[in-house]
Amino acid sequence: MRQMDILDLTIVQLHEGFKKKQFTSVEVTKEYLGQIKKTDSKIHAFLTVTENLALEQAKKADEIIASGNDFPLLCGIPCSIKDAILVQGEKATAGSKMLENYVAPYDATVIKRLKEQGAVILGKTNLDEFAMGVSTENSAFKVTKNPHDLTKVSGGSSGGSAASVASKQAVFSLASDTGGSIRLPASFCGVVGLNPTYGAVSRHGLIAMASSLDQIGPIAKTIEDAKIVFDVISGKDSMDSTSADYKFETKEVSLKDLKIGVPKEYFAEGLDPQVEKIIKEAIKKAEDAGAKIVPISLSMTNYAIACYYIIVPSEVSANLARFDGIKYGKSQQDAPNLLDVYLKSRGVGFGVEPKRRILIGTYALSSGYYDAYYKKAQEIKELIKQDFAQSFEKVDVIFSPVSPIPAFNIGEKSSDPLAMYLMDIYTCPLKLAGLPALSIPAGRIGKLPVGLQIIGNYFEENTILSVASQLEKMLL
Amino acid sequence: MISKEEVLKIAKLARLELTEIEVEKMQKDLSSVLDYFDILKNAPKLKKQKEVKDKHQNNSLRMDEVITMPASLANNLIGLAPDKKEDYIKVKSIL
Repeated sequence: MRQMDILDLTIVQLHEGFKKKQFTSVEVTKEYLGQIKKTDSKIHAFLTVTENLALEQAKKADEIIASGNDFPLLCGIPCSIKDAILVQGEKATAGSKMLENYVAPYDATVIKRLKEQGAVILGKTNLDEFAMGVSTENSAFKVTKNPHDLTKVSGGSSGGSAASVASKQAVFSLASDTGGSIRLPASFCGVVGLNPTYGAVSRHGLIAMASSLDQIGPIAKTIEDAKIVFDVISGKDSMDSTSADYKFETKEVSLKDLKIGVPKEYFAEGLDPQVEKIIKEAIKKAEDAGAKIVPISLSMTNYAIACYYIIVPSEVSANLARFDGIKYGKSQQDAPNLLDVYLKSRGVGFGVEPKRRILIGTYALSSGYYDAYYKKAQEIKELIKQDFAQSFEKVDVIFSPVSPIPAFNIGEKSSDPLAMYLMDIYTCPLKLAGLPALSIPAGRIGKLPVGLQIIGNYFEENTILSVASQLEKMLL
Repeated sequence: MISKEEVLKIAKLARLELTEIEVEKMQKDLSSVLDYFDILKNAPKLKKQKEVKDKHQNNSLRMDEVITMPASLANNLIGLAPDKKEDYIKVKSIL
């Protein structure tokens, strides 16, 4: 089989190929490593390429495959991992100078599950520092370019993961989503991204940003691939007390008579008319296939960004307190006393965006401001939750754009933090409610892909995946 | 606009050293973000918190018992500390 063909294969196709001995995992892994070497000087998706680990895992996978017994779907499949997820013995920088030389002392639970399947880890992908951003421009190391147009951003914070899948440097990637960090880059790079229900996947071994929102999920070429990976990584884990006792089961949902909610607030001012056109065409295709389109209102939408950017920085100011120059990470040991070790290590280690969020969070939680900010935000969060709950009494799924605009120019927004925050307008409200949602390519503006967001009810990943897999064929 | 002194006070609370340039930048950035939060003043009030029973969430307490981990994990963790003595993390004296 020619190289180009191998890089185009899905998980099931590779699995069948392994079974029929058309190629080995080592051969496939080498193709991917070759593709990374060939393309990543332009794309900048990877922070570390774990070549030795990958080849060792591929060899092991080939032994399992050669034994003649049944083997798991992910056995021998090469993937990339967002650099905020720990892979034992490999660097995990979270895109920060603070963790520039940090080597993960253990595996994240999701990595353990991939390894149990025999998956092959090609490397660690770029992200905005501590997953704070929408473009990877906040990475302390490099900016990941959009594979469809190198002058544009890849989206963020999981830009490296999305770009690696879009440029055929990995079959799939594991990423994390706090306010849109899986779905936005998936939309910008033209791949599939799934943000699972809060609690569906263990976060043990994910470098925390905002623990009440962080979720790990897959970025993949197809809905089927995303589903296979989600099935493997989801479920209860004793190391994450928020993980739910939940077993994913495939469900076939017909588009016929499916009730699709379309929130009017998501098609208001600020939405690029060309994005709107693509999303409306996708909705029309679902309608043509028999779905009922139900106009709905999510009246709290306008308050979601402010709510989100109070809650997240508040949690950031607490979560990032662990980076103190004492236990691990950047340390200014030449400081004269303990307090100065803290001040200087954090001053040198953190980039601008983490500093900004730590300060906003500290401010919002400080005496005299707590009620006006944090408490208020918690109330809004509850109202947003109720907003969605009422909608899901009337509809099965909700369709919307992922982002108001397609991928923007590198540097275009980097001096305006608020403009960056506003990019989360369609992706963060459902996070505040803890709901699952995915991004699926729906069309293009010129070279730039545009994603459709499908939001589901709690733990109904199977519904949104089934709906998306039917649309996938129509949207091609 | 939020004052320089306020930024320095928050930065101290957050154990964050900022350069002169950063203080100025944060004054500007924080002010624009905090101004944006004013939008919440017009938001509706929460009347009643609805109890949502989640069938997937169990009691997350566990038994208070020792879970044995391999010694290599402890070594890996201690090994990351910038300053150590034998198996202990060394911290600057505080007294």
